[in-house]
Amino acid sequence: MRRLLFIPYIVWMGIFVIIPIGLLVGFSFFDIEDNLTFSNYREFFSWSYLQMSISSFWYAFLITAFTLLVCYPLALIIKQLKLKMFWLFIIILPTWINILLKTYAFIGIFSREGLVNNLAAQLGLPELQLLFSDVAFVIVGVYIFIPFMLLPLFNSINSIDQSMISAAQDLGATRMQVIRKVIFPLSIEGVKAGVQVVFIPALSLFMITRLIAGNKVVTLGTAIEQQFLTAENWGMGSTIGVFLILFMMIIMLFTRTKSKTIGVGRL
Amino acid sequence: MTTVHLTDVHMQYDGNRVLDKFTYTFEAGKFYTILGPSGCGKTTVLKLIGGFIHPTDGEIYFNDKKMNGIDANVRKVNTVFQDYALFPHLNVYENIAFGLRIKKVNKQTIEQKVSRALKLVNLEDFKARDIQALSGGQRQRVAIARAIVNEPSILLLDEPLSALDQNLRIDMQYELKEIQSELGITFIFVTHDQEEALALSDEIIVMDKGKIVQTGTPKDIYDEPLNRYVADFIGESNIVKGTMPEDGVVKIYGKAYECVDGGFKPNAKVDVMLRPEDIVIKPHNHGKINVDVDTVLFRGVHYEISVYDNDGYEWIIHSTVAPTEGQPYSLDFKPEDIHIMLPGEDEESFDKRIEQYEEQLS
Repeated sequence: MRRLLFIPYIVWMGIFVIIPIGLLVGFSFFDIEDNLTFSNYREFFSWSYLQMSISSFWYAFLITAFTLLVCYPLALIIKQLKLKMFWLFIIILPTWINILLKTYAFIGIFSREGLVNNLAAQLGLPELQLLFSDVAFVIVGVYIFIPFMLLPLFNSINSIDQSMISAAQDLGATRMQVIRKVIFPLSIEGVKAGVQVVFIPALSLFMITRLIAGNKVVTLGTAIEQQFLTAENWGMGSTIGVFLILFMMIIMLFTRTKSKTIGVGRL
Repeated sequence: MTTVHLTDVHMQYDGNRVLDKFTYTFEAGKFYTILGPSGCGKTTVLKLIGGFIHPTDGEIYFNDKKMNGIDANVRKVNTVFQDYALFPHLNVYENIAFGLRIKKVNKQTIEQKVSRALKLVNLEDFKARDIQALSGGQRQRVAIARAIVNEPSILLLDEPLSALDQNLRIDMQYELKEIQSELGITFIFVTHDQEEALALSDEIIVMDKGKIVQTGTPKDIYDEPLNRYVADFIGESNIVKGTMPEDGVVKIYGKAYECVDGGFKPNAKVDVMLRPEDIVIKPHNHGKINVDVDTVLFRGVHYEISVYDNDGYEWIIHSTVAPTEGQPYSLDFKPEDIHIMLPGEDEESFDKRIEQYEEQLS
C-alpha cells in the first residue's frame, strides 16, 4: 500500500523530468536533416556560441551581483524594522504580477515618451536611449529578481540570534565590524541560496532580453528561442539546452549548502 | 579599577516601567549578585551597565565619567551571556581572540593572551575545537575566557550557570569565585538562584518589580531579611504573625517569647521568621510550641519535617534526626533565632531602627 503511494511521484518525475531531459539529450545528436551527428556539439564550441555563453554568464553575473548589492542592505534594514513581516510582504508582492506585465511596464517607463524621459525633459536633460540597451536589461533583471534574493537573505539574517550581535558589540565591534565579522559569515548560506535562485534563471532569460534589450544582448536563452522558433533547428537548440543544464549543475555544485547546519547547536 | 554608580535610573519599555529609581554603587573588585525572580529588572541593570540599552532617566557613572549614551563597544566592560552567545562560525581560539582582533592587537600578543585565558578556564586542549563540539560547561568556560581576555575592569554575568546541570553548576561556582579573586576585577552576576547568590557574592542586591528591596552581605540578608519577600526568596523560612509588646519580647499565639529585636512602636504587628534549620525538635511539652509531626522527607543531608501546631499552622523544620510521623513533639528555638520583620518597612528605615535600637541598648 505504501509503495503504491509513490507511483504518482514516479510517474510525474518520469513524464516531466526524466523523459524531457532524455529527449533533449537525444535531439542534441541530430542535425536539421535528422542525421545522427556530433556537429551540434562542434558548433557549440565555435567562436560565436562561445561568445554567447560568455555574454550570458556576464549578464547573469551582473544581475546577480547588483541584486545582492541591493538586497543585502535591504535585508539588514528590514530586520531592524518593527513591522518587518509587513515590509517583507510589500517587497515580495510584485512576484504576484506576471513577469511579462512587469516587463511591459518597464517598456512604458524606459521608452522615448516614457516616465524617465519625461522627467529628464523637465529637468532639461537630453533624451536618453534607455530601451534596447544593456543597462535597461540589467535594471529590469535586478528588479525582477529582488524578491527571490531577498527572501533567503532575510531568512538567514533574521535567524541570527540578537545575542550574537550583542556579544560582538560587547567585544568592541563597531556596527560595520558586526556586519562584516558576524552577520555576514552567519548569513553566508542565505547568500548562497540567493545567488543560486537568481543566477540560474538569469542565465537563461530570453523574454525580457528580447523585450528590453532588443538585439543588444544575445544570451543562450535567446539563442535557444531562435533555434527552435526561427531556424527550426531543434538539434542545435537542444544542444544549447544541454549545456545550460550542465552550467546550472556546476553552479549548484559551487553554491551547495553545507549539510552541517550553522547555528547555536544543542547544548 | 572602576566604580560604577547608578543614580535614580529609570527604564521604560513601551510604557512598562522595568526599573524604578535604581540607585546603587558598585565598588571596584567586589563580587556583586543581583538576585530576583524573572522580570524583576535584574537583567536590565546589567544591560544598562554593559551599554546595550540606555536609561530613560537617571545617570550612570563609571568613576567620574558619565556613561549615558556611550555604547557597549567602547565601554571597558565585558559580558558573559546567558546563552553564551559564542560565534558558531569561529572555533574556540577565534572566539576568544575576537575582541583582541577588533582592537588590532598584534598576533603574538593575541596568542599569549588567548593561551593565558584558556589556561585560566582549564581549556588548553580545546583551542582548535568547533563550538558545536563542546559541552555546555565547556561553552560556558569559552564564554568566560572570551570576556576576560579583553581585561575588562567589570565583568557582567547574566545567569551564566542556569543552563548547566547541578554538579557542573557547583563546580563552576567554585571556578568563578576563583577567577574573580585571581583577576581582582568587579563581577556583577545576575541570578534567580539564591544558593548561587549566597555562595558567590560579597554583596547581594535583592530586587523585586524593578526596585531594590534589600542590599547587604549574604550573611546579613540571610540572617536579617527585611521582609517576607526577602525571607522567602533567600532560603526557606517559617513566617508567623505576631506582635511586639515591648523591646526584646515577641508574642506569638498570645504567648510571649524572648527575642533580640526591638525599636518598634509598642504592640506593633510584625512578621516573625524562624529558619527551618534553627528549630530543634524536643519531646512533647519540653519545648516552646507543641506540634504534631505530619510528614518526614529524607533530603540527603537532612530530613525535611513538616509539622502542624495547635492553631493549624504548618512549620518546616530541617533536622538530622527524624521524628516519628503522626506523633506529638515540641518545637524549641533560641531568642537569637527569632527574626522580626515589620511589614512595609523599607531598607532605610530598617537600618535607622536597628541603629537607634543598638544605641539604646548600649
